[in-house]
Amino acid sequence: MNTREETLIPVVGVITDVRIDTPDVKTFRVVTPDGKKAFEHKPGQCAMLSIPGVGEAMFSITSSPTNTEFMEFSIKKCGCVTDWLHQAEVGQQLTIRGPYGRPFPVDTEFRGKDLLFIAGGIGLAPLRSVINYCRHYRDEYGKIDIVYGSRSMDDLVDYKEIVEEWTKDTNVDVHLTIDREQEGWNGHVGFVPNYVKELGFDTNKTAIICGPPIMIKFTLQAMVELGFNKEQVYTTMELRMKCGVGKCGRCNIGSKYVCKDGPVFRCDELDELPDEY
Amino acid sequence: MRKCSLAVLDNLFAAIAKNATLYIPASDNAGGAKFTKWEEGTQYLDTLNTVKSPKDFFFPHTEDLMEFKVTGKNIELFDIREESEDFVVFGVRACDVKSFDILDRVFLVDPVDSYYASRREHGVIISLACTRPAETCFCTTFGIDASSPMGDISAWKTEDELFLQANTEKGEAILKSVEALTEDCTDEKVEEQKDRIRKIMGKLPLANLTTENFGGGKTKELFDSEKWAELSEACLGCGTCTFVCPTCQCYDIKDFNTGKGVIRYRCWDSCMFSEFTRMAHGNSRLTQLERFRQRFMHKLVYYPENNDGLFSCVGCGRCLAKCPISMNIVKVMKSLGGEK
Amino acid sequence: MQKITRDVLVSKAVSLLENGTVNAVLGWGKGEFVYDVTPTMFETADEIRENFVWNDFCGANFSKYLVSKTKKIEGKILVFLKPCDTYSFNQLLTEHRFDREKVYVVGVPCEGMADISKVKALAGEGIANIDFTDAGLVVTNFYDETKTIAYADVMAERCVNCKSKKHVAFDELLGETGEVISSARFDEVAKIEAMTPDERFAFWQGELSRCIRCNACRDVCPACTCEKCVFDNPNSGAENKAPATTFEEQMFHIIRAFHVAGRCTDCGECSRVCPQNIPLHLLNRKFIRDIDNFYGEYQAGAEVGSRAPLVDYTLDDLEAADVFERREEE
Repeated sequence: MNTREETLIPVVGVITDVRIDTPDVKTFRVVTPDGKKAFEHKPGQCAMLSIPGVGEAMFSITSSPTNTEFMEFSIKKCGCVTDWLHQAEVGQQLTIRGPYGRPFPVDTEFRGKDLLFIAGGIGLAPLRSVINYCRHYRDEYGKIDIVYGSRSMDDLVDYKEIVEEWTKDTNVDVHLTIDREQEGWNGHVGFVPNYVKELGFDTNKTAIICGPPIMIKFTLQAMVELGFNKEQVYTTMELRMKCGVGKCGRCNIGSKYVCKDGPVFRCDELDELPDEY
Repeated sequence: MRKCSLAVLDNLFAAIAKNATLYIPASDNAGGAKFTKWEEGTQYLDTLNTVKSPKDFFFPHTEDLMEFKVTGKNIELFDIREESEDFVVFGVRACDVKSFDILDRVFLVDPVDSYYASRREHGVIISLACTRPAETCFCTTFGIDASSPMGDISAWKTEDELFLQANTEKGEAILKSVEALTEDCTDEKVEEQKDRIRKIMGKLPLANLTTENFGGGKTKELFDSEKWAELSEACLGCGTCTFVCPTCQCYDIKDFNTGKGVIRYRCWDSCMFSEFTRMAHGNSRLTQLERFRQRFMHKLVYYPENNDGLFSCVGCGRCLAKCPISMNIVKVMKSLGGEK
Repeated sequence: MQKITRDVLVSKAVSLLENGTVNAVLGWGKGEFVYDVTPTMFETADEIRENFVWNDFCGANFSKYLVSKTKKIEGKILVFLKPCDTYSFNQLLTEHRFDREKVYVVGVPCEGMADISKVKALAGEGIANIDFTDAGLVVTNFYDETKTIAYADVMAERCVNCKSKKHVAFDELLGETGEVISSARFDEVAKIEAMTPDERFAFWQGELSRCIRCNACRDVCPACTCEKCVFDNPNSGAENKAPATTFEEQMFHIIRAFHVAGRCTDCGECSRVCPQNIPLHLLNRKFIRDIDNFYGEYQAGAEVGSRAPLVDYTLDDLEAADVFERREEE
């Protein structure tokens, strides 16, 4: 009997475009072999990509759901599956299943709010989906601020899109920063948490943070110093996952499963969980 | 209630095996017992616990999920699932029967795991009341009555007779199919046995173990307990407890290249293993203390929090018998205040 | 029954702890029953007086714990070692796995340890108490039965075939040390060698098919102290938790046996902890016997720093072809 729906069984996808973002980040465009989007998703949700014989891993879907033609994944080279993907060329097939997880509340809590996106390094990947969704439905949201930092200019993911599209939008302010001085860089230099404090945002905003765990930790501290409540701050998490549906046990923190109950959490919700992530 | 003489036990097995594959506890030729496919001549072993729990029937140690054929850049995917065939498991103890309920709440909640669901639908459980519980038994702590096991059919074995009571339609159908070998009877002897077993359960050394200090909402209180360091001190980080446990259900998904294609298979995994949570940028549970704590917090706090207070332990005692360092959930519970 | 009493061990531990010789004591800790002792780090005299256990179920070999515990504890650790444990201790020192200066070894004589599964096989489940008497183990159960069982009938296999009562390492001895014993430990190996290849394959297939890949044998093994085991490393190509085919679980044990060949002291912990009662020690003994036959008798761990035949080149070494010929002759 092969008609039952089985969440562990993927569909075949094909890479139709590979964009080199940074020395260790590439963005892959994926569709089904007949040229369609594999499935619909909401901003912040993830998908399992695999190369048979290499492995399967969870990635956040970088493209906005408003893109009706394909999905994109910005992937940093850092393990078995990602190493393999980085040497893949256009036309390479892979498998894809999803979408998984709780998305950002773009159609509820975020509606009508001023939004502050704060990202570090590859942490922009999951936020790009939300940012572009909110840009698409621009009238539904208030002012948008984006603070984005990386180690160097070369490590800024989606730099072209940021400069050519985001900065040109009305009522969208982009604040870029890099960790150390660099030739050809006229922008801000310094770590993201400090930059956030320097910029000193209004506390009526809803904030969305993503980046390395250490960056999230210090940025959250900075936000609290600025007077934000944890109820106003959202983040998205990453833990090892195998099933994506809350059964294999890997991403369990307290009574929550990151793959199913997350990856998006409001920061006050995280306080309820044991400190194990 | 129906009964038959133990003298016709083999005939009963043969009659059941006519319509479905039958598994019964038999010797594993190494001093233990395992559920073994019944064939003419398979000797029933009157054991308390099999070494591996019967969770294997629904959630096998290892199972193939799908196959891929990779040619150049192209991938072909083959769904190799087949509908399970009907099977009957005889001699499942009350604790193990309860474990299926605990596993169901993982695998049968949305999205349903169809591999598990198919086996569950096709499996019939004939439970068997315990007659000689061990010192390692503590099912009563979790509200399980060893003298009244559930399942599709409940069975009680006395010196010379087997008593059978159907609890579900599947069970009724089996009893009907063996009608010729059994006769109607009163439950007098069964009630006698129940009384006797309940008294023994009350006398066992772990009878004073209680779940009062555990359950949903206890995370903050228990997670930071200083006791974890001492409790996990000697833990080897092996997976014995998780693999003999009837309720542990963590799994891994792995690929195996056969040379002719790739099989994606699922196998049991253990939160006790060091690489369980390891990912490219680090490991969220760095030491054995954290891994050890996770296993017990999951059984005693996290699982009940998500499942209406139901604990993810059935008190079968396998981990007590098998842990290489004799550290187990009983010692953990007692140390964290679980003794009356 | 152990000749040396618990009291002797306890007072030794307490005095060494109280006079500052050691800061912690690695010993056997009390369980729920008589037999379920847990390796325990005692740091106070009260804990020792209350929870220290010494009886016929103190089989655990503490040598391997020293690798991690010496790094964790300031000052010295007192460790109680039975004769067979001292061989593992020496082997670990040979491999520079811990600092000898951080350990104070108290050798304890051993009369052989009991195997609880053998006790249960004879006395049944439901053990209420076990008394150690001159006549044997007196087992009472919850079914109002009492049974006296001879020690010899429940002794662990590795103790029945004890290879040595001699402590090859200690700072201090309690009681007396014994001699190396010429045991019958290779008899089972000889039986397997006498099988035809098909029989032998069937034998191991039967035994290894019970393996559940819990890794207890590896995790307890004093010869398995790699920082990163090949079976835990996804980049090794050999990483596995469960067999994708039945062949793989055989690979695990065979690869492991090769890895510890020449370093295995035959302490028997692998078989003791195996939840499936697989006689894993037989694989190691086969290697030990082959090494003895091909390179002359060698006991790993007998002395610190000894060069094992497999890592020591001499001009007299047997050539591979000779080994092959010998096998042909057999």
